[in-house]
Amino acid sequence: MILSTRANFRLLRRRRIKDRIMTGVIMLLSLIAIIPLFMIFYHIVVNGISAINFDFFTQLPVPLGEIGGGMGNCILGSIILISIASLGAVPIGVFGGVYLSEYKHERTASLFRWVVDLMMSMPSIVIGLFVYTSIVVPSKSFSAVAGGIALGLLMLPIVAKTTEEVLKLTPLHVREAGLALGLSRWRVILFIVLRGRKSAVITGIVLALGRIAGETAPLLVTAFGNRNWPTSLMQPTPSLPVQIYNYAISPYENWHKQAWAGALTLVVLIFFINIFTRVVFTRNDLGRNTQ
Amino acid sequence: MKKVFDLFFKKHKASEVRKSDFAFVFFLRCLAVLVILIFASLIYYLWDGSSAILKHSGWGFFLGREWDPNSDQFGALPFIYGTLLTSVVALVIAAPIAISAAILLTEIAVQKIAKPFGFLIEMLAAIPSVVYGLWGIFVLAPFVRDYIQPFLGKYFSFLPFFKGPPFGIGIFTAGLILAIMILPTITAVCREVFLAIPTSLREGVLALGSTRWEMIKTAVVEAGFSGILAAIALGFGRAMGETMAVTMLIGNRPDISLSLFSPGATMASVIANESPEATSNLHVSSLAAIGFALFLVSLGVSGLARLITKITKRRFAK
Repeated sequence: MILSTRANFRLLRRRRIKDRIMTGVIMLLSLIAIIPLFMIFYHIVVNGISAINFDFFTQLPVPLGEIGGGMGNCILGSIILISIASLGAVPIGVFGGVYLSEYKHERTASLFRWVVDLMMSMPSIVIGLFVYTSIVVPSKSFSAVAGGIALGLLMLPIVAKTTEEVLKLTPLHVREAGLALGLSRWRVILFIVLRGRKSAVITGIVLALGRIAGETAPLLVTAFGNRNWPTSLMQPTPSLPVQIYNYAISPYENWHKQAWAGALTLVVLIFFINIFTRVVFTRNDLGRNTQ
Repeated sequence: MKKVFDLFFKKHKASEVRKSDFAFVFFLRCLAVLVILIFASLIYYLWDGSSAILKHSGWGFFLGREWDPNSDQFGALPFIYGTLLTSVVALVIAAPIAISAAILLTEIAVQKIAKPFGFLIEMLAAIPSVVYGLWGIFVLAPFVRDYIQPFLGKYFSFLPFFKGPPFGIGIFTAGLILAIMILPTITAVCREVFLAIPTSLREGVLALGSTRWEMIKTAVVEAGFSGILAAIALGFGRAMGETMAVTMLIGNRPDISLSLFSPGATMASVIANESPEATSNLHVSSLAAIGFALFLVSLGVSGLARLITKITKRRFAK
């Protein structure tokens, strides 16, 4: 088919215009993708900042009808729950990651990797339901221990996976150098490989903490909530995300304000964790840039 | 028994591995086995928990349309329907936007723009579900009620999906918030797939005289099509498991209605909503059964997605 020059030119122009239009459409859609982020930030800051004060972090919630009060007990409760979670998930996760990276050819390791992958992709409410049926229902009580275990089960695969990824980046010759010095393998792993990537491993842990700090669904069915200071690990324990949920679905103006303030606290915390990890993750303890 | 024994005490020559090494590996294996056992007990507890309701009403439990805990009526169909419908709404909205964002990140934007843009998209994934729910209740739902739903009702009321009074709270709004939440997942997977496509393919298409859009269409979208499908499947899995934001925005009524404006409930939302108050054995058991079904389906979907990504990546690696 031979096109006249003019027709050829027209076709080319049409293709160019189509190119421009589609590029514009892609840019427009991409812009739409991040608009919600800015709107959420805007609304959280505007609505939350007025209720943020010293009382908010230290006081108990006030009874209905009174103005003010705070989420001190929820913040303390969240810290307790996250501590219980880290107590189990950090050591098991880090050593699990070491196992995945350093002994990857073992049969147990491939089964373990499969389980960790499955746990990562599991909806968090299912983990909550598991703890609910296995701990809460038999013990007939919501508790900080149950909530902590649920959070720990969410945290463990994240820590194990990031530790594995980080240790894999250590070049083989570093391990060989250690072994050549006559060190036993576990000393090489703990004192050369793991220590060499210490800050990256810690970053992974912090990232996992940021991930579970906002988890609500599993806590709702395990730690439940409480309007007083947490006094015992076997009692229902308040937490920041659950309190935000309770306040958000309530019909009271003062509680809505508190919910926004709680959301602001949570989002600022998570935002800083993300920026912090981003800065540290690109740095390598061995003195070389990985990215 | 011997197999278990071998797993821990594989025959090593004493000269090969020192005793301390042996103890270390043993310790690591114990930890791994502990986690595997926890996972196995998770499956066992969910299965055991759901056995009571399955004995009571059999597999028909998943087809029952009535859900009324007060009169011991348990049927899971409204929740399955709600989960599917909200997820589909979310995918229809999120998929084109997320894929466009991935194209922008890999094909169009220069590094200086792509980096902060990618960071912003990732931040969307970092915001907790409950914060999305809070924002949804006070900002998104009123907006949907006042602007989007009247608009859809006015011009598309011939479709059965857009009938009924605009409440703001309902399946449509829940799907909308889900769309925002699964967007970063789809974008991240698409981006990974697009980056795996060799540059030579793009160069080849461009060298034939195509425009950039034609290159994107043939060398990126069509070449990475299976990867895009995997990303969408992964987003689908995420959407099904999302709990808090949906619970806060869907209205929590176990109805089956064709209209997207009416309130509904999902599998995840009913667990979060009713577990704290469930007292009867049968009620707890039916919640466990719903959780078990959710677990199996989301594992199936994400497993499928991972398989597709792996195959796609391997194809490009050759």
